[in-house]
Amino acid sequence: MPSSDNIERPRAKENVESNPTQKSNTIRLLLPLIVLLCLLLIWYIITYINLFPAYALPSPEAVWKSFQEEVRAGRLVNDIIASLWRVAVGFVVSATLGIPAGLWLGQHLHARQAFVPMLNFFRFLSPLAWIPFAILWFHIGDKPAVFLIFMASFFPLTLATMAAVATIPSIYFRVARDYDYKGMELLTKVTFPAVLPEIITALRVSYGIAWVVIVAAEMVGSQDGLGYGIWEARNGLRLDSAVCYMIIIGLLGMGIDRMLAQLTKLPNVRWGYDR
Amino acid sequence: MTDKHFNSRLKLENVSHSYGSVDVLHDLNLDVHPGEVVVLVGPSGCGKTTILNLLSGFIKPVSGRVTRQGIIRTVYQQDGLFPWLTVSENISIGLRSMKDPEVRNQEMLDLIQLIHLEGFENHYPHQLSGGMRQRVELARVLAGDSDILLMDEPFSALDYQTRIRMRRELVRVLEKRHRTVVFVTHDIEEAAQLADRVLVLSNRPATIRRELHIDAVRPRDLTDPAVIGAMKEILTELGL
Repeated sequence: MPSSDNIERPRAKENVESNPTQKSNTIRLLLPLIVLLCLLLIWYIITYINLFPAYALPSPEAVWKSFQEEVRAGRLVNDIIASLWRVAVGFVVSATLGIPAGLWLGQHLHARQAFVPMLNFFRFLSPLAWIPFAILWFHIGDKPAVFLIFMASFFPLTLATMAAVATIPSIYFRVARDYDYKGMELLTKVTFPAVLPEIITALRVSYGIAWVVIVAAEMVGSQDGLGYGIWEARNGLRLDSAVCYMIIIGLLGMGIDRMLAQLTKLPNVRWGYDR
Repeated sequence: MTDKHFNSRLKLENVSHSYGSVDVLHDLNLDVHPGEVVVLVGPSGCGKTTILNLLSGFIKPVSGRVTRQGIIRTVYQQDGLFPWLTVSENISIGLRSMKDPEVRNQEMLDLIQLIHLEGFENHYPHQLSGGMRQRVELARVLAGDSDILLMDEPFSALDYQTRIRMRRELVRVLEKRHRTVVFVTHDIEEAAQLADRVLVLSNRPATIRRELHIDAVRPRDLTDPAVIGAMKEILTELGL
């Protein structure tokens, strides 16, 4: 379960205990900061003593300079928006198709038997293998990248939703039956909320895949975007710029995952993570 | 709506049931009178739950006749509350048939009060103790216009003291909202404290070995002579 965030239950006692909580919060923020600073320091020392030639490993200052350059030129912001847009579109399309598909498959044994091998096949087929087709079918621009994001996230999302539905405790359906839930109502009021915590987890996992794939997709099928930025940097032998893009990619990926993680704090899915 | 239970009718006639080649019930007759609390006890695996499933209509008997009339609700052994709904949302599932929102709200207030969970309306099941959850289940099956309650070892997952408290709760709640109850348990104390009539079942295929009427008023203390007497008889019948 993806929960490093400890949620406190709503209890009246909380105020009394606010001091220890505050202290553990400070530690929680401080520890990763220390690791980060150590890493920067090591990086700095390695470049300072010229362990590797400057063109092979840029120094922190060079990266910082190129970051300022990229921002001033407006390219970085433009690339960020392009990548975010593509991931968002591809991801939303695969969620709107994949979640219902998973719900349906989870409820029908024969459909599962029919489709699961095929779905698994495509899940294990790296989305990057589709690059030649993506470019042939969709040429250059947003579309091939969106297609690749879709291919990367649709299959894991569908399979995870399906597996979640297939393992809903039968007691919920017994109760639903006792109170006359049928058809669409059964789906929206019982089946869907019963798997929502797992769907949120699946969304986070498949978003992670999508974010990894966008970089590769943009290296070949696009003329802007974060992946394209790295490719450009390579072509110009500007590894300082490449590192700058890498940092942005990592930070944005983390940031969006944090946002998705907020979904796990919704009161009606909390039960799925507290067990 | 307290007198609704007079509508209830629950009857098994010459019912036999088997799963594949395993005979579970053999020629069973059971007539549950309106408003009566019938407790079924018997060795584990003797088919107690099968009887409840037949009564609720979840399964059909291989042979024999099941008559049922009235709205039947079941409290299950496992946690049957929906964890994604709050206490009041879970209870309102039992009020689905009530159309008037005003009446529904009033009924909800009454039920929350009845199970003493004021202030917990917006809590989720995982934030409650086992006993509180079972009280919510109780409220849900009592809600609205149910006539018959089927209870499948509802307190067996609770600790001993909570179990004793829940029995008292059940008696108190049924005092205010009469229902016909069929209660399955392996707990002899529970049977002796709750039942108007105890049916002791035999090993598989289950038949009724003994029928025991207990007339003492409820709530009955564990040390009540009537309870102890009944326990003794049940134990003897079970060969313990």
